[in-house]
Amino acid sequence: MTIRKSTAMIAAITMLAVGACAKKAPDTLPPAPEGTGTDTGAGTGTGVVPGSQEDFLASVGAMGDRVFFDYDQYNVDAQDQATLQTQSQWLQRNPAVRVTLEGHADERGTRDYNIALGERRANAAKNYLASLGVDPSRIQVISYGKERPAEIGSTEEAYAKNRRAVTVVIGR
Amino acid sequence: MTLVRYLMAGVLATASLPAIAQDQSTAQPQPTIQLPQPEGPRESITGTLSNERTVIAIPALATSSVQNVAGLRTDSLGRQIAEVIAADLERSGLYDPMGPSGIPAISRAEVQAPRFAEWQARNAENVVHGFVDASGTGGLVVGCYLYDTALGSELVRKGFEIQPGDWRRAAHKCADAIYSRLSGEAPFFDSRVAYIAETGPKGNRIKRLAMMDSDGGNHRFITNGQALAISPRFSPDYKKIVYVSYLNNRVRVFIYDVAAGSQKLVTESSNATFAPRWSPDGTQILYSMAVNGNTDIYRISANGGTPVRLTNTPGIDVGGSFSPDGKKIVFESDRSGGQQIYTMNIDGSNQQRISFGGGRAATPEWSPRGDLIAFTRMGGGEFRVGVMTPSGGGVRMLTNSWQDEAPTWSPNGRVIQFFRTTPGREGKSSLWQVDLTGVNMRRLPTPQDGSDPSWGPVLP
Repeated sequence: MTIRKSTAMIAAITMLAVGACAKKAPDTLPPAPEGTGTDTGAGTGTGVVPGSQEDFLASVGAMGDRVFFDYDQYNVDAQDQATLQTQSQWLQRNPAVRVTLEGHADERGTRDYNIALGERRANAAKNYLASLGVDPSRIQVISYGKERPAEIGSTEEAYAKNRRAVTVVIGR
Repeated sequence: MTLVRYLMAGVLATASLPAIAQDQSTAQPQPTIQLPQPEGPRESITGTLSNERTVIAIPALATSSVQNVAGLRTDSLGRQIAEVIAADLERSGLYDPMGPSGIPAISRAEVQAPRFAEWQARNAENVVHGFVDASGTGGLVVGCYLYDTALGSELVRKGFEIQPGDWRRAAHKCADAIYSRLSGEAPFFDSRVAYIAETGPKGNRIKRLAMMDSDGGNHRFITNGQALAISPRFSPDYKKIVYVSYLNNRVRVFIYDVAAGSQKLVTESSNATFAPRWSPDGTQILYSMAVNGNTDIYRISANGGTPVRLTNTPGIDVGGSFSPDGKKIVFESDRSGGQQIYTMNIDGSNQQRISFGGGRAATPEWSPRGDLIAFTRMGGGEFRVGVMTPSGGGVRMLTNSWQDEAPTWSPNGRVIQFFRTTPGREGKSSLWQVDLTGVNMRRLPTPQDGSDPSWGPVLP
């Protein structure tokens, strides 16, 4: 408890700090939207509907729809913050869009506990997006526990990819 | 249900049941006929199971006349019932059944007059005889006797009038009577298991609610797999199953009515509800609910109403299992850092951690006998199933595999079922059971992969 509480507090402090200093986007940020990711209307020639899941994924970049967690942890670290900042920019450009935050765990926890852990993770990501100005009423949360691994396998690499919170566009 | 009614009513005062009917003709209806019974051999199973398993001969049950009842021949049923009895007794790990294949069939007259010398010559310490007759009213009458071959005495006598489709239950009831008489333990074969049937790739598993008899018979899928289903629990009367469904992409506890085929929410909430459990009397349901990411345990009437919040910590409090007297709840919490097991009163007072020592402890389940709590221990990257006393002492691990999770007790508290997952991309889940002493590990037959077993009580 002590350890987790302190990491949670650090995360909270970091969140405040980030909010205050308007931390610069990291190098991993995708380029600014080039017509596909904005609400400027149709006719961009790509066939991607603005505000859609495809539009979101094109905007946030590969794996930009998800943040990752350490074993049995749910704190949003600096890398997660950068990812969520990118997501929040898209969400603020598409204010009518609603999303689901899916919380997941790796297979090294028992079933019920992992659902609770996925709830923690999805809510941590939701709360961070809210701290960036995204209306929390636009964000649904669902935990899949260990039911829906992204990477099939019983290796540390697979586990790391499965401890995640994924933002999915569900519509307007 | 028909069988239940008949069993409760006792039946047996029917002309097709001469031996039993004679004793029973003026007596009050009884589910079984109690005769003065000599002391037969008893086998202690309080310690480890003996390698010397009692040999029991089980010839096919006889029939007075071969008849076809609802498409079932009485002579074929006699063999099938004997096979189920033999399989039950063998699966208990205590007995070495002989037959019905490879041993002589018996005549209807032999049922009450066994050839003891011949069975003794085959080294059978006990012999099971019985009969299957048409009841004359569209049903079947099944009689079942256990004899001691050395003493030449009758140890068990049971009779059931059943609907033809319930013949497996008659076999389980017979096996239960034999098991109880010889072991001194309470029965457990005539019981059912709810579980989750699994198919498909690990990343997109189809998980369906399913149920079956304790031996895997009468298997039935309940949900169609469109919504992810997990963590079922049979109500004590088997009429309902409480479980979690991801219907409409939400995590919610439903009560499924087995006879009606319909389901309803346990409680209306915008929050995720999961990890449901029944109280021993079936009037209350425990569930866990996550509010803004924080999970606590609640109790609610099975008929709805206002839930009572039982835990209130910033940690994850989840799961829970009532003591058989309904006065306490054992549950898991990570309030101390990692998952550990706690007990509390049913109003949430007096929360005390009971698990200590290596690793984490999760999924506690109180034995129906009250003396032990089964749980999953996590450590070294593995899950193992073990037991401890309600005060946390006497920890014994019963399994040793990569991931053995979620124990559930046999109705008599002698056997624990759980599910085992194998690692890797092709990892599978399957149902297993192990004796309380840690021996007699068996895989349960299921048509697909299986997880989350929930073993109910003995049927009435």
